[in-house]
Amino acid sequence: MKLTGAQILWECLVREGVTDVFGYPGGAILPAYDALLEYPIRHVLVRHEQGATHMADGYARASGRVGVAIATSGPGATNMVTGIATAMMDSSPIVCVTGQVGSRLIGSDAFQEADITGITLPITKHNYLVTSAEDVAPAVREAFAVAAGGRPGPVLIDITKDAQQGSCAFDWNAAEPRLTEAYDDALPGDGPSCDAVALINAAERPLILAGHGVMLSGAEREILAFAERGQIPIAVTLLGIGGVPASHPLNLGMMGMHGEAWVNVAIQQADLLIALGMRFDDRVTGNLKTYAPTARKIHVDIDRAELNKNVRVDVAIASDLRAAIADWLPDVAPGDRAAWFAEIDALKGDSAVRDIQNLPDDGHLYAAHVINDLWRLTDGRALVVSDVGQHQMWEAQYYKHDAPRSLITSGGLGTMGFALPAAIGAKIARPDAEVWVVVGDGGFQMTMCELATIAQEKLDINVAIINNGYLGMVRQWQEFFYQRRYAATPITGPDFVKLADAFGLWGAAVHRRGEVEAAVLAARACPGGAIIDFRVEQEDTVYPMVPAGADLHRMIRRPSPIVETAAD
Amino acid sequence: MQPGNMLHTFAIYVDNKPGVLTRVASLFRRRAFNIESLTVGHTERPGVSRMTVVVDTDDYGARRLEANLYKLVPVQRVDDITQTPSIARDLALIKVAATGEARTHVMQLVDVYRARIVDVGPESLVIEATGPEAKIDSLLEVLRPFGVIEMARTGRVSMARGTTTARRFDPPRAPVEAAAIDLSNCSV
Ligand SMILES: Cc1ncc(C[n+]2csc(CCOP(=O)(O)OP(=O)(O)O)c2C)c(N)n1
Ligand SMILES: [Mg+2]
Repeated sequence: MKLTGAQILWECLVREGVTDVFGYPGGAILPAYDALLEYPIRHVLVRHEQGATHMADGYARASGRVGVAIATSGPGATNMVTGIATAMMDSSPIVCVTGQVGSRLIGSDAFQEADITGITLPITKHNYLVTSAEDVAPAVREAFAVAAGGRPGPVLIDITKDAQQGSCAFDWNAAEPRLTEAYDDALPGDGPSCDAVALINAAERPLILAGHGVMLSGAEREILAFAERGQIPIAVTLLGIGGVPASHPLNLGMMGMHGEAWVNVAIQQADLLIALGMRFDDRVTGNLKTYAPTARKIHVDIDRAELNKNVRVDVAIASDLRAAIADWLPDVAPGDRAAWFAEIDALKGDSAVRDIQNLPDDGHLYAAHVINDLWRLTDGRALVVSDVGQHQMWEAQYYKHDAPRSLITSGGLGTMGFALPAAIGAKIARPDAEVWVVVGDGGFQMTMCELATIAQEKLDINVAIINNGYLGMVRQWQEFFYQRRYAATPITGPDFVKLADAFGLWGAAVHRRGEVEAAVLAARACPGGAIIDFRVEQEDTVYPMVPAGADLHRMIRRPSPIVETAAD
Repeated sequence: MQPGNMLHTFAIYVDNKPGVLTRVASLFRRRAFNIESLTVGHTERPGVSRMTVVVDTDDYGARRLEANLYKLVPVQRVDDITQTPSIARDLALIKVAATGEARTHVMQLVDVYRARIVDVGPESLVIEATGPEAKIDSLLEVLRPFGVIEMARTGRVSMARGTTTARRFDPPRAPVEAAAIDLSNCSV
């Protein structure tokens, strides 16, 4: 069977199980677009190629399947860079297909030529420059294997126009990837897993640190079984949220820069940290020199390059997480750690009093209240896609996620503008999910052109803009560390309700807490896209906060909580 | 050199494809490792190239580098041969100013170092020397007073001694099937 390179591309995508792609056409990818009409694949026309990559990413994170983005050469390809880097940092499996100028023109600065394989070399797991139709199938098949295998990540395939136009015999089987997956001998500090179990059984104050890897390896059941049998409390990273139900009694909550105060202190007082599918990012460790000083450490990660990278550990295990926990389970002794739980309870101290959630309604609209109400009104079952900033941290603190893959957010790269397009991908991957975007007024304005995509694709996505009139997280840093000199952080925006209207979407503005419920319910009831502009307190602050590089237990706490007394 | 650091030598076997050198070099740059020397050449196997890379790092850095190298798709195998008994050679071409009297002296030194004169010009000689880097360094030192006009060095190529080249390869841990995990005693 002879096919063109363009046909082979789609043929392979279909066989890889792809049903949806996100893209934007142009000259160098036109042959592929022309062939697309013959294949059973839904193409979502984006408004900016960055959006296409975030959509593929959101699709992958919502479903666990590889997301696919497609763009033309030159500017189409370079527009993808931010989305590719975002997927790389958060281990999200996406395949990006770009058109390239004809192979004979490469290197000549031809119209819309950009060296996208060179540009994306450090931000992809791997990339391919395909210059003949014969090479299309092997590249696509290998790209899917690389993107989804081991620690997942983005792969880019750059296909020259002549490779799309040329024809050759198509042989799916001959194109089977042959990846050399060689691994070295044990790393220093590597130990058999019995060492790990001995440490676990002997620990008096152990703590599990659960990251994104829990979901990537599908270890949600195993980690709970392990924690329950050993009676070991769990702290989660931002991307680990949902991997362990928030309502589970062993789940203490989020760690790190804006984590719960008692969680951070518990880490500092633990005698054993069991790090599962997390990578000791600086946002969760604070100052490495004073990090968990009394704890022995066990680290399991599928990527052995993460082991002993930031934190030196006693036992390093390079393994699929699920397999590693399954290995331990039979030998984990049923634990009784009542004393440790009592200590942790004591650490909670006055946290509840400090919690803005428990402050009386003073007529102001606080983002924390909005998120909490949203959680309540959606029965905690929404698939929330959050952007980057203060609202992202409030979402993490106040929306209690019980289900895996129910929070999608850009963690490692912290990409503003991620949420709206990622939510489109998530909704297309899981049409039955109730999808909410929680986004700041700044980040929303970075990619709000994708509202047109929501309208064109008739997607039922709800957008909660946490509108504080500031690039709030940066303003917070200026408040704490730059004497409130608010350089370039006040931000205006359009009338978001009118904007919704202009895109043919439903919109409403909310100024008081009393209005939250009606607006959320109306947005839920509305069959298409909906936008709620929450006009929240402008100079609100995310507490607690570990300043960058500070000791993890030295948090800035909410100052002098206002407590109602009998005298009031 | 940082405390705890030493020169680590890696033999890296890669697919002989366009762009592989860039991928490897880019990894070193991105992960902030300094390359002391790097050589690339064919091996006995068609389609496979071998790089010898010397890096200044500590043991943890060396292991992390090795792990990162394995993440590159075209990398087939990485050997840290720093501690392995091995032969390391550097090749240098050195052009020395030498006329009259000096010529004889230079030729004597070349003999002592078991180097060779490969080109004789009216006012210069070109010397070819191979050996461990230290030997080349020392030859260079003694030639310097005569006036070294130009030098080209290959950097280190290394090979483990003896007949063993094969090493144990642990296959990566594959994800296990749900059914294979016994959760019967747990409450989930
Ligand atoms: C693309 C990008 N540019 C800049 C930043 C730096 N940054 C981090 S948070 C933030 C402010 C976000 O403002 P907004 O979207 O209004 O959210 P808020 O913090 O007010 O909730 C900025 C500018 C970033 N993370 N991403
Ligand atoms: Mg804002």
